[in-house]
Amino acid sequence: MKAKFLMTAAAAALATASFAEDSSDPIVIPIHNWSSQIVMSNVVGQILEAQGNNVEFVTTDSQAVYESIRLGDVTMELEVWEGAFGASFRAALEKGGIVDVGDHDAVTREDWWYPMWTKDACPGLPDWEALNACASVFATAETGDKGRYLDGPVDWLKHGAERVEALGMDFVVINAGSAAALWAEIGAAEADKKPVVVFNWTPNFAEAVWPGEFVEFPAWEDGCDKDPAVGPNPDALYDCGNPATGYLKKAAWEGMEEKWPDAYATLQKISFTNPQIAEMAKKVDVDELEPEEAAAEWLEENKDVWEGWTSMGAS
Amino acid sequence: MADVTASPVASETGLSKIRIVQIMLAIAVILTAARPILPDFLVRLPEEWIPPLAVWADAFFNFIIDDLKLAVLTRWFAEGPLEFMLDTTANLLEGKRRWPFLGPIPWAAIAAFAAVIGYYLGGWKMALLAGGTFVWTAMIGQWKIAMQTMSVLVVAAPIAFAVGLGLGIAAWKWARFDRAIKPILAVLQTLPFFTYLLPAVIFFKVGPTAGAVATIVYAIPPMILMTTLGLKKVSPEVVEAGKMCGCTKFQMLTRVYIPSARTEILVGVNQVIMLCLAMVVLTAFIGMPGLGAKLLAMMGSFKLGRSFEIGVTIVLLAITLDQMSKAWVVKQPEHFERDTPWYIRRKYTVMAIGAFVAFFLIAQAVDILDTVGRKQAWSKGKEIDGLIKGFLNIDFVQAITNWLRWFLNVWVLIPFRNALLYIPTPAFILGIVAFCYYLGGKRPAIFGAIFFTFVAFTGWWDRSVITLYAVISAVILSMFIGIPLGIAASRSDKWSRRILLACDTAQTFPSFIYLIPAIMLFGVNDVAVVFSIIIFTTVPLTRYTIEGMRTVPAEMTEAADMSGATRKQKLWSVQLPLALPTMGVGFNQAIMFAFFMVIIAAFIGTQDLGQELQKTLAGTELGKNIVLGMNVSLMALTFDMTIMAWSEARKKALGLA
Repeated sequence: MKAKFLMTAAAAALATASFAEDSSDPIVIPIHNWSSQIVMSNVVGQILEAQGNNVEFVTTDSQAVYESIRLGDVTMELEVWEGAFGASFRAALEKGGIVDVGDHDAVTREDWWYPMWTKDACPGLPDWEALNACASVFATAETGDKGRYLDGPVDWLKHGAERVEALGMDFVVINAGSAAALWAEIGAAEADKKPVVVFNWTPNFAEAVWPGEFVEFPAWEDGCDKDPAVGPNPDALYDCGNPATGYLKKAAWEGMEEKWPDAYATLQKISFTNPQIAEMAKKVDVDELEPEEAAAEWLEENKDVWEGWTSMGAS
Repeated sequence: MADVTASPVASETGLSKIRIVQIMLAIAVILTAARPILPDFLVRLPEEWIPPLAVWADAFFNFIIDDLKLAVLTRWFAEGPLEFMLDTTANLLEGKRRWPFLGPIPWAAIAAFAAVIGYYLGGWKMALLAGGTFVWTAMIGQWKIAMQTMSVLVVAAPIAFAVGLGLGIAAWKWARFDRAIKPILAVLQTLPFFTYLLPAVIFFKVGPTAGAVATIVYAIPPMILMTTLGLKKVSPEVVEAGKMCGCTKFQMLTRVYIPSARTEILVGVNQVIMLCLAMVVLTAFIGMPGLGAKLLAMMGSFKLGRSFEIGVTIVLLAITLDQMSKAWVVKQPEHFERDTPWYIRRKYTVMAIGAFVAFFLIAQAVDILDTVGRKQAWSKGKEIDGLIKGFLNIDFVQAITNWLRWFLNVWVLIPFRNALLYIPTPAFILGIVAFCYYLGGKRPAIFGAIFFTFVAFTGWWDRSVITLYAVISAVILSMFIGIPLGIAASRSDKWSRRILLACDTAQTFPSFIYLIPAIMLFGVNDVAVVFSIIIFTTVPLTRYTIEGMRTVPAEMTEAADMSGATRKQKLWSVQLPLALPTMGVGFNQAIMFAFFMVIIAAFIGTQDLGQELQKTLAGTELGKNIVLGMNVSLMALTFDMTIMAWSEARKKALGLA
């Protein structure tokens, strides 16, 4: 309580100190349903508040948010994942109304993944051929002799089935309906240390809860999804792994720079690394803090990281 | 008596009903058997026959949005008056920085206020329930998010009430309006909620505004129906009396009709409140803050315990509001002597305000009564996590679930699904029509034929069949649980009450929470999907079985006892046949619930209409969204009409109506 009061007082002091001409309308930051994004949004929100801006949060769907940014209903998005949201973001970019505000230092990866205990049953991992050799370890009642791979929801377009086909793997691809369904499968397998291979990504809270590794497929080459000649199978698309270093972008409404120039300048400088994002997520997922408290704590502990981003630091 | 359904109803052609049904089924069987040699267009409609319904719907919406500028109007409403109301309540309840800059109100003040209202409506028990719910919410550390939810509901529920009342009065006044609105209401009540959400976002801006609008639209239909019902029942004597007093038309409405229809209208209010609470989690997909959004975030990071606690809060809020509004229905207005001073007439208002002000002031000094911080909260998220995981890990439980998973998947569900998918489209429609005709008669059969033919022409046939397969499987399986449970419970008052309370709880518990244990028990496959639907469909089956068994006239059971029937004979030849029409209503509700839940089960992973609907949420494919929603709605309506027609006819035949 007290900390919050001090923050507000500091914000008031700052507002008069810097020659901010930012609009007093609230900057709207979207919140989705995974922890790192929620904490990061709160961190950035508190930085902007300290700069004298009004900030408000709105809970939205992580795909539909790009349409809202274009319309100006939402001001920015702090986690644009190349794999998951690249398509929606590019589509919105083409329609206009949204701008690319640069990348974080963090890189993202999304691919087939297994929790560490799986390695006991299939020691050749993380190599994909070794995985294929022990496909029967992953078999279930419904899949017969073939292994079962639990892919992300169909609308994430992860092309798991195409890859199984292209690489001639003995796996059946099942699509989960949501991220929560993926965690429930891992959680259910955890007790008996049952081997499972599922879709997963990094940075993600799951790394802290269940240590694990990505399966190493033939390395990604540009054009693997468009040109059959690329990759080991000359006749098929999707015969390589996903890019191991995807971008993590920030995006904003076109009108933000004009309406909140200081906040926009700060947003341009903001950049988090993978360990920083993992730390933010950990505060909520493992230490059980509320997002706002986690953000305040993180800001307190990492002053050197963010103070240079604000207009105070610049002047 | 037993052969009421079988009694041959001669039709104009001279063929008996049974014969017609037999002929239809025979054709269906022949078509299915002949599938390998059937021309392709009889197996499935060819692609080129399928009209681009989604494109037409999109064009229609674009016309409304861009050419009629309707979106400008709705957006003005959303960003003007609606947002103003939401901001005001949000400021008061959770302290959002908007006019009037007064909030947040300390939790203790609200809890005290609620307790006094509870006392007024239902004595100490109700006071304890109402006050206790709010104390729990604060102590568990969910006050702020619960108030975010409430700040939207206290705006949405009154609007739904007012609009519903207005439309209900209009439908009562003008028969033509009534006829026009009935089918729309029927569709609205069966439309999957995903179909409400997307238009709400497009017309009313993502956030609490869209959440409020989706909630309002969802909650209105029963209010309209109950208002019309109540007004129609007003007795002519009361109307005469009003006329003799020289009431104007307006006075007739406000002083005569509405007070006389008070009970029905208040039942409508109760329905509005319950439906508003049912939307708490679902509207989180379109920016509604609060309990629902938190629940989704908790589930996204595999926090079972915290999700469970949020579920408990929602159930407590629902039960409190339900009980309080029901107590209000029963409570008759108090009348005082002419010279009673105002503070006695309004003593409960005075007490409520007094308690509110007192706790408001105390909270200024005692921090814990103002806000409960996360670290002070009693949340036991991690411990509950451990309990749930521990339970799922018991060898005995695992052995059962593994066997069920294998047995149901390999021997029941997948063969059944493949069989349904094997049936050629015309044979399938014929089978449905035969079923409708046999049970419900001509009218449902004609509508069933039209509706399912429409479904075939939307081009989503296979997915519709898979949706239907999950619904049918779940309802049949839940009959094995719900009916015996209901029969057993109906033997004693005590157990009836307990089981009915369990039913209420299971029904108001947010459906999303069932998904995770379902997956942990059975994995991502059809068994988990069917299991999560069964939890919901068992509730109405149990409830109406109890209801049906208990309303069997005592003379009938006594007569059976006197004629020396054994317990078994009494059950099978007397009680069950008499309870059957009521159980039919439960069966119908089970099917409606199954259609609702099967769409949510898309979050487990399905290949049905729900999965396609879930996909449209992310994008802006409004046309496709509507077409898919109509498919679900039309299939549900077919069953609804058939079973309700059967139940009515049966009740009449048994002289129970």
